[in-house]
Amino acid sequence: MIGLAGYALLPWYISAGGFWSFGWLAAPLGAGSSALVWAMSGRLWLVGPLLGLGFAAAVLAARRPPLATARGLVAAGALGLATMLGQGLMILGTGTRFGLAEASQPGMGAGAFVTAAALLFLITTGISGLGRGRGDAFVTGLVGLVVALVAVFVFYPMAFILIRAFELKGGAGFGVSEFLPRFFAPEIWSVSCLGGGRWCGPAVNSLLLALLTGAGTTLLGLAFALIFTRTDFPAKRLLRVLTILPIITPPFVIGLALILLFGRAGTITEFFADAFGWEKTRWLYGFWGVWLAQMLSFAPIAFLVLIGVVEGVSPSMEEASQTLNATRWQTFRYVSLPLMRPGLANAFLLGFIESLADFGNPLVLGGNFNVLSTDIYFAIVGTVADPAKAAILSMILLAMTLSAFVLQRQWLGNKSYATVTGKADSGRHAALSSGVRRACYALALPWAAFTLAVYLLIVFGSFVKLWGYDHTFTLIHYKRAFGIIMRNGIHFTGAAWDSYFTTLTISAISAPLTAAVGLATAYLLVRQNFIGKGAFEFSTMLSFAIPGTVIGVAYVMAFNFPPIELTGTALILIIVFVFRNMPVGVRGGIAAMSQLDRSLDEASIMLGANSATTLRRVILPLLGPAILAALTYSFVRAITSVSAVIFLVSARHNMATAFIVGRVENNEFGIAIAYATVLIVTMLAAILALQALIGRRRLRRTDRVEAH
Amino acid sequence: MTRGSVRFEGVGKRFGKVTALEPLTLDIAPGTLVTLLGPSGCGKTTTLRLIAGLESASEGRILIGGHDVTHLAATYRRVSMVFQSYALFPHMTVLENVAYGLRVKRLPKADVQAQAEEGLALVGLTGFGARLPSELSGGQQQRVAVARAIVLEPEVLLLDEPLSNLDAKLRRHVREEIRQIQQRLGLTAVYVTHDQEEAMAVSDRIIVMKNAEIAQEGSPHDLYDRPASAFIADFIGDANLIDVEVTLAGATTGLTLLDRPLTLPLASIETGPAKLVLRPHQLQLSAEPLPGSLPAEVRYAAWLGNQIQYTLDSAAGPLFAITAPVAAPFRQGDSVHLTFAASDARLVRG
Ligand SMILES: Nc1ncnc2c1ncn2[C@@H]1O[C@H](COP(=O)(O)OP(=O)(O)O)[C@@H](O)[C@H]1O
Ligand SMILES: [Mg+2]
Repeated sequence: MIGLAGYALLPWYISAGGFWSFGWLAAPLGAGSSALVWAMSGRLWLVGPLLGLGFAAAVLAARRPPLATARGLVAAGALGLATMLGQGLMILGTGTRFGLAEASQPGMGAGAFVTAAALLFLITTGISGLGRGRGDAFVTGLVGLVVALVAVFVFYPMAFILIRAFELKGGAGFGVSEFLPRFFAPEIWSVSCLGGGRWCGPAVNSLLLALLTGAGTTLLGLAFALIFTRTDFPAKRLLRVLTILPIITPPFVIGLALILLFGRAGTITEFFADAFGWEKTRWLYGFWGVWLAQMLSFAPIAFLVLIGVVEGVSPSMEEASQTLNATRWQTFRYVSLPLMRPGLANAFLLGFIESLADFGNPLVLGGNFNVLSTDIYFAIVGTVADPAKAAILSMILLAMTLSAFVLQRQWLGNKSYATVTGKADSGRHAALSSGVRRACYALALPWAAFTLAVYLLIVFGSFVKLWGYDHTFTLIHYKRAFGIIMRNGIHFTGAAWDSYFTTLTISAISAPLTAAVGLATAYLLVRQNFIGKGAFEFSTMLSFAIPGTVIGVAYVMAFNFPPIELTGTALILIIVFVFRNMPVGVRGGIAAMSQLDRSLDEASIMLGANSATTLRRVILPLLGPAILAALTYSFVRAITSVSAVIFLVSARHNMATAFIVGRVENNEFGIAIAYATVLIVTMLAAILALQALIGRRRLRRTDRVEAH
Repeated sequence: MTRGSVRFEGVGKRFGKVTALEPLTLDIAPGTLVTLLGPSGCGKTTTLRLIAGLESASEGRILIGGHDVTHLAATYRRVSMVFQSYALFPHMTVLENVAYGLRVKRLPKADVQAQAEEGLALVGLTGFGARLPSELSGGQQQRVAVARAIVLEPEVLLLDEPLSNLDAKLRRHVREEIRQIQQRLGLTAVYVTHDQEEAMAVSDRIIVMKNAEIAQEGSPHDLYDRPASAFIADFIGDANLIDVEVTLAGATTGLTLLDRPLTLPLASIETGPAKLVLRPHQLQLSAEPLPGSLPAEVRYAAWLGNQIQYTLDSAAGPLFAITAPVAAPFRQGDSVHLTFAASDARLVRG
């Protein structure tokens, strides 16, 4: 017990001695001066945390029974944290809220962060001392940390959306009076296009688009999955490649390729115009263009999901059906398909959410067709910035994605018959009846060819002068973007280098952080039991359902001023990536950890290792592939993500995708496509390199074993 | 109390609404091997994990070596465990596995190496240290798991169905080894199994559990010879249970068996319905009626070489008998007459 308490003590004693400094970020005079200094020089409100820490020290020094000490620690930590939060939220950079006192302060800095962490761990250690979480300070600390991070970087900004939605026009304060009329305004909800009118509100547009995309991707995904698992189709590996493509494809790329094909000057448009004298229309710039782009982008995701679903149908059930003299068609219709139904619903909802959250495709192809995600963007960056409108649109979008998310979880919670038990189920899947097989081929193969053509075009398009007009080979786009001059050393003169390096750096920093937070959360969810675990799981998965645009807006609103002032820094980009991509890390970690027998960690615990050592020595080494997947995925996602980033980039920290948006808006398609190609190659290289890294580690191990 | 003792004071465990363990009190003396025996789901593993600290008690106090460890995390209890699945770390060699506990204790490298080698020698696996667990047979993996647990010189060694993944022949050999190591090192060991033969073979004392409670505890001999209930009589060695009516309780017991009076040379405390316990080998079969014999018919006869097993139909219900092999065994459908020695019979509550 004393050992435990001592362990808990260390972090904050160090912090109290070393990093006890607020506000050194912005204070010009006393750069690096500590809160202690500030408190003495008049900022009395900074005394709170010190009181908390002092109280904790007193509690520990008193050497009371462990239970009393633990309670004291919880109280002390809570006191310190509460006063700190209180002053942070009340006293802003420009003055106090509600005009309580004459005071102002800049955003919190490293010292505040360390102090807050110390106070937090004081609480969690106290809680573990109370006998919760099997008395494991590491586990309660980890829970506390993840909860605090999610609270600050997911819930806190979301709260801002809620508040700003109630803002009155012209900055006249807040009120409900304008909220309802604006929320239900016909300009958002108009359905006139359904009745032959020309125009629908963005909410309706988004919804219709999402429904059609969800249905379309599910159908295509199912066709591909059936071909992949139930036929002897010769080029299955090629199909696999299809599933990787959307992950490494920067946004806009598909939209751009479609423009090059079907736009007014597109190849195919030209072809039909020449051959049949068809009129060159702008049909691509609207509902169907966006839909086509989304189908290309998200069908592979449905494919990936549905492979698992189709394989999950136990072959023995299909065999049972066939021994009962059902034909292949009957077996498929009455046994396999019903068993897949929950999986199909899942794929549909996934496509639905992705479509709602999609930003790049509507931005490029939308034209006059408005959807929520782009309207939010224009409400912030448009000529008349209207944060309240952005907040209201965000709330609507969020409501849609969250409903789908909740629905999806309930479907999966109650009705997943197609369970994978881990028990080897011998037997083979029934082959498809010829009718179904032909339907699948007819649907999937042209689509695969189309996808392939689109991707080839991208590469091709980056090497021609001006697509649709001048198809001579050129390297000019690459030169302008990635030019290097070798005079007195290397000079990166290309316009894209800055954003390229920033992108790589920030992605490389955020990837391991994402993997760490995701896997730590997965570890807590799979291996530990604590009160409120259900809510904990839900809130960590929640950010999956929050569209990037909404996150971006929320971050701009929340982190633009003290107490946490981050806009314009690289840090905010890193943070947004970590919390956007965390759910995928969590899922991967959960899947991988569920396959590790729990008795392995228990054995380690029994041998005297604590949870931290067990995590490091036993679980992490056995999670190699899952860690690799999480790293790769978060790295690549950080490179390709645009929706949230576009609000958060700054002149100093520009990201590749934001740069591409700029080129597209200037109609510099050549550079945009050349840049995208470079990004795709970069990501492929990164994936291969990471894989080789882990692969080599495994080799070394077997080498050593054989040498003995 | 001394090092190695384990004591439960009213310890109970609930998982939500499921009661895995009713509040119970038990004492395990230092240096003994105690077996938790009972059918699947009766709470054996839960009891073991409570001692280990892998579960926390819903109520009561747990003491190890006289110290209250109820709120002490598993990491800090001086208790080792051999898992049913062995739980060897697949990414470490055999030696690294055995050394793991020593390493996380931050002992000097040389000591770690020496003690781990010693542990391997103790289970007869010298020279296997460089292999990976996947390169060992099931029996060898099992011994690595034992070595890994005992190099830490735990106060208490816990074994959860350690033999269940071994084939029948190997099981007898390994259980003898485990018993010998335990006795040589004077370890306190708690051993979980659902196999009564295994329990009888290794234990100083057996705690029989049923429905999250202790049904009876005692030495193997006690349990076999003085079962306290029909459940124990049936679970520890096979038994025929015959309904009787006790008419006279006291130093000797009078009872009626199928309307016939019978006197047994054993004490009883109350009259009323009871069950007579007769072990299969205590029944004698003869072709001719004898005084006081019970008529029966052979429903099934199985010749096993070293013994013959009979399933019999009698007025007292189906009975199971085992006899030594004879040249001319009874056949299916034969009429036989059963007798038993009154001193062999035991009574349990009906
Ligand atoms: N983690 C758990 N959650 C819920 N119920 C459990 C858990 N562990 C055990 N149980 C229940 O407790 C009872 C006793 O289980 P256990 O101790 O594993 O039995 P056994 O004697 O077979 O080892 C069983 O009914 C089991 O279902
Ligand atoms: Mg068990």
